[in-house]
Amino acid sequence: MIEVRRLTRHYRVHKRPPGLAAAFRSLFRRVYETVVAVDGIDFDIGPGERVGFLGPNGAGKTTTLKMLSGLLHPTSGEARVAGFVPRERRAGFLRQITLVMGQKQQLLWDLPPSETFELNRAIYDIPVAEYRQTLGELSELLELGDLVKKPTRQLSLGERMKCELVAALLHRPRVLFLDEPTIGLDVSMQATMRSFIQAYNERFGATVLLTSHYMEDVAALCPRVIVIDHGRLIFDGALGELVRRVRPDKRIELRLSKPVAAADLEKLGRLVQHGEGLAVLQVPHAGLPEVVARCLSTLPVLDVSVEDPPLEEVFRELYQRVPATGEAGGI
Amino acid sequence: MRAALRSFPTLLRVGFADAVAYRAEFLIWILSTNMPLVMLALWSAVAREHPIGGWGQGKFAAYFLAALVVRLLTGCWAVWTMNYELRQGTLSFRLLRPVHPLLHYLAENVAAIPMRGLFALPVAAASLWILGSGELASDPWSYAIFLAAVLGAFAINFVSMTIVGCLGFFVESSLAIFQVWFGVYLLLSGYLIPLDFFPGWLREASAVLPFRFMLSFPVEVLLGRVSGGAALAWLGYQWALVAAMLALLVITWRAGLRRYSAYGG
Repeated sequence: MIEVRRLTRHYRVHKRPPGLAAAFRSLFRRVYETVVAVDGIDFDIGPGERVGFLGPNGAGKTTTLKMLSGLLHPTSGEARVAGFVPRERRAGFLRQITLVMGQKQQLLWDLPPSETFELNRAIYDIPVAEYRQTLGELSELLELGDLVKKPTRQLSLGERMKCELVAALLHRPRVLFLDEPTIGLDVSMQATMRSFIQAYNERFGATVLLTSHYMEDVAALCPRVIVIDHGRLIFDGALGELVRRVRPDKRIELRLSKPVAAADLEKLGRLVQHGEGLAVLQVPHAGLPEVVARCLSTLPVLDVSVEDPPLEEVFRELYQRVPATGEAGGI
Repeated sequence: MRAALRSFPTLLRVGFADAVAYRAEFLIWILSTNMPLVMLALWSAVAREHPIGGWGQGKFAAYFLAALVVRLLTGCWAVWTMNYELRQGTLSFRLLRPVHPLLHYLAENVAAIPMRGLFALPVAAASLWILGSGELASDPWSYAIFLAAVLGAFAINFVSMTIVGCLGFFVESSLAIFQVWFGVYLLLSGYLIPLDFFPGWLREASAVLPFRFMLSFPVEVLLGRVSGGAALAWLGYQWALVAAMLALLVITWRAGLRRYSAYGG
């Protein structure tokens, strides 16, 4: 569904130091710098896949999504989405994709969202019966109710985001590019958005490419992740595999019936948390069964659970490992 | 293209709803096109004692009221929208839709005309009839040519604005360029001074430049200053200008899109 080959995008950026003198000098002499936002990345995504597209700020995620949705022309390389070359922006292509940007909105600010929906119905030439059915389904999934009749400017961020999603999906796109769709939303609204995206993917078999800085989004929605940094692809594979490679250790969480000295716990593994009745040990993946057995036999254990390290930590470590040159290192 | 045309009535309807979302703002915006009335008051005062260059008060009244009618029917604001959307990156949403963004801008600009017409046109047209009916064209064909010329004036207004708007792909703000264009328009379209008052060389130059066809030409037709074969010939010239400017718009738009940076988000 999505094929990307050596995709590259450079920006020419005007550089100017702060201050009045610099502002005045820049009237006569401008200094430009070429920034490599995306640097020859390759990947393929199949129909119906949900893929997390991850990386630190400025890694090139949004630029890539904009190239895949036809907004930006690549400096070099090729991309094909649903059989089309995005930069040609053919009507057949635009009818099959959508791009949701959490920090931008397509809803008409002074009118109720229902007007934007109606506008999109006309623009995408959606038959009235199909439009009503899709709108009904999406409204029900997101519990829109009477929101659609209030002017957009009077809606809360969460309400607006729900309506944004509906406006973006009315034409039932087969490819969803979601650029931080849950940014700024509260925890409950984030969960609503996640379950909605998953439901849409399952109901229509749509391909989803998602960027997000919220690891809950990634964990809940994306069996596969593509990670880029400094414009270069540094990982493409299953989320579990990435976790194993970056942090090949596990966490054993122990509920204890009576206090145990830290020194005794440190004999079993690296102690990452220690409190009354609770201890968390970090141990190598290979030695896990043996350590669990020793915990159970030597400590007053009430309950035990084994987990991967938190994704936030995994990604923080991953981003710190990649040097500024963008070399993938050992990932 | 067929789908785009089918969507046009809805684009117009939504554009209309958007234009009148704020009633007070809309009224102020209509009133902001009243410069011809200011010029009418000014020139009438000047011509109170003696005609100026053969123009008496009645002639000035007819000219500036006709100019107001044409201005109300041909006003656009696409360049401001384009400038804002290019700088903010929200042009992206128009580019993601399978209707050409320029067609969308056109619908928004056309959509406001009926409301403007409803409020201001009857007043302007009635005043023109009362104050300057003796100055109006007597040939019925002139009115048909007038309508085509108003349409042409709107087209040149809209296309010139969108060409300047497209320059926003290449420079940081297209509005500064538009201010220069608008300054020349004020002078050479007959908006402030009827073109008859220009010295010979400037009158000859302004007769063939696009600015005259954005305002003065329809006014000249309505007032019977140019009629018959001459009016038809100038009408043909006006539409040739529209075609040439459209070609320039397409070139500028395509070149601009290659440079689009889709800022933000």
